Amino acid sequence: MLLIIEQVLNGLQLGIMLFLMSAGLTLVFGIMQVINLAHGSFYMLGAFVGATVTACTGSFLAGIAVALPAAALAGMLVEALVLRRLYKKDHVDQVLATFGLIMFFNEATRMIWGRQPLFMDVPPWLSGSIEIIPGVPYPSYRVAVIGVGALVALFLYILFTHTRIGMQIRAGASNREMAGALGINIKMLYTLVFGLGTLLAGLAGVMAGPILAVEAGMGESILILTFVVIVIGGIGSVRGALVGALLVGMVDTLGRAFLPALFRLFLSPAYADGVAASMASMSIYILMAAILVWRPRGLLPAHA
Amino acid sequence: MFRQSTRKILFLAAGALFLLLLPPVAKLVGEPYFISLFSRILIYALAAVSLDLILGYGGMVSLGHAAFFGIGAYVVSIFAFHGFEGSPIISWPFTLHGQTSGLVAWPAAILACALLAAIIGALSLRTSGMHFIMITLAFAQMLYYFFVSLEAYGGDDGLSLFSRNTLPGLDLGDDTHFYYLCLALLFTFLFIAWRLVHSRFGMVIRGSRENEKRMQALGFPTFRYKLVCFIIAGAAAGLAGALIANQTEYVSPGLMHWTRSGEILIMVLLGGMGTLFGPVLGAATFLLLEEVLAIYTEHWMFYLGPFLIVVVLFAKHGIYGIIAGREEKHG
Repeated sequence: MLLIIEQVLNGLQLGIMLFLMSAGLTLVFGIMQVINLAHGSFYMLGAFVGATVTACTGSFLAGIAVALPAAALAGMLVEALVLRRLYKKDHVDQVLATFGLIMFFNEATRMIWGRQPLFMDVPPWLSGSIEIIPGVPYPSYRVAVIGVGALVALFLYILFTHTRIGMQIRAGASNREMAGALGINIKMLYTLVFGLGTLLAGLAGVMAGPILAVEAGMGESILILTFVVIVIGGIGSVRGALVGALLVGMVDTLGRAFLPALFRLFLSPAYADGVAASMASMSIYILMAAILVWRPRGLLPAHA
Repeated sequence: MFRQSTRKILFLAAGALFLLLLPPVAKLVGEPYFISLFSRILIYALAAVSLDLILGYGGMVSLGHAAFFGIGAYVVSIFAFHGFEGSPIISWPFTLHGQTSGLVAWPAAILACALLAAIIGALSLRTSGMHFIMITLAFAQMLYYFFVSLEAYGGDDGLSLFSRNTLPGLDLGDDTHFYYLCLALLFTFLFIAWRLVHSRFGMVIRGSRENEKRMQALGFPTFRYKLVCFIIAGAAAGLAGALIANQTEYVSPGLMHWTRSGEILIMVLLGGMGTLFGPVLGAATFLLLEEVLAIYTEHWMFYLGPFLIVVVLFAKHGIYGIIAGREEKHG
């Protein structure tokens, strides 16, 4: 029972990370109609900048404070230099150009920081553990990650439904020309949305720093999961991204934790572990295929 | 028009002649390394041409094409692995024994990839556009992780072949024999693909790229046509995979990693999408560029990335479009 609660929390934490990644990317897909493979690069950038600043100053908060604007600025720069020219092009051109961006960023980090992964320590004030439910100690750092994710979700909800800029973003998404004719600076708006997305990716990157190794290419593994989340949730839908992220986080974590035990019930242990490992790594893709058969446009499509 | 098509024919003839004469010339100048390098180029060209079939003609942007490449390679290797051990691959519901003969293993690889393409295609062709890109990518990654966790066949470390497959009348261990086999298979597939896109089937595929609703209104079941096209492309990529497993005598999940799909996509776009012959040029350019850049710097991707962006922004029709003129734009 304790193990189950712990694994559910782990799943929640992975889901939150995926939500931070997919919330920004689903907006870029939905609003600008551009497929961006390089989103993981900003996650990586956030992690590297965060790790470096934390190592220099000794303060994790300083790392976050520098990494977030760095990711947002890099994102807006890339949007202005490259992505802006891709909006009217075919998807295949967008794939190729952003693939080129990935190559560039991965190799640039290898040139600057070397091939050895960096390691980030959990800040001392978060290194303990909390008993959320009596008898279940859980690392405070992971609790903090979940808390930050919940705050971001709340912030995005308020931003989109209760502010002028959120209204403009929604207007730009449903009809670009009309919104432009009504005096909204669409170009600026797109750059801002892109910057917001990369800022969230950077945040996910810094927070992943103390949990994972910070290395070149780290963005790609989470990028694929992000795509699965977006396909499940529906392109352009932030609510869909939240639902999809939590679903993927849970299925992936719980699958890895409990499938071996489940398969051992009716298979020989040696064989069961192999099958369970394969099944666990495939589980979220099977989930995605099932949802596609049921609802090809995702669970909560943006323009239903 | 006349001058342009003459130019194209001259160019293609020169290319074919170059590929035919490469092994003796390479031996003459004492650089036999070029034979194995160009075998690799021919194999990737086969994969790239197969992707061009669905991408350039069908408008299906698949970012998971390397999955078929990898599965083809794994089928051949698993057959060889069990053939060498003398153990059955599966013993239930029927017994399937391993084989080192290419006459058995290669058709098996093609068949397995066709089946897989039928499943992946049937699911992902329910969608289009951005969804299709992400779904093909996700399925390919699923297979990648499946083979990473498949300890029986080496998992992450991959699987080594003890020797290349055997074919009657050919010694595949000999690089020149192997080269000419790859060349013959590439030419055969180019011929098949060329006939295919210029047939009624090809017209329907191209029509549904331009306007799928209209094709449906005309009474064509476009889903089935696109699925068949997807299966043919997957099967051909599987054959390319079977060849690469033989060339390197080693397979690993890395063969179906999504960056591999990206590289094959780059070859198609670099050479010229929807031109069939362009992807051959693209494969040669990409692999040679990689080879040359790697001599000067280990950070070659740092330069290749921005180069790709420039290609996308300024050279829409690829190298083939520059050389052979633009009349091939719509196939």
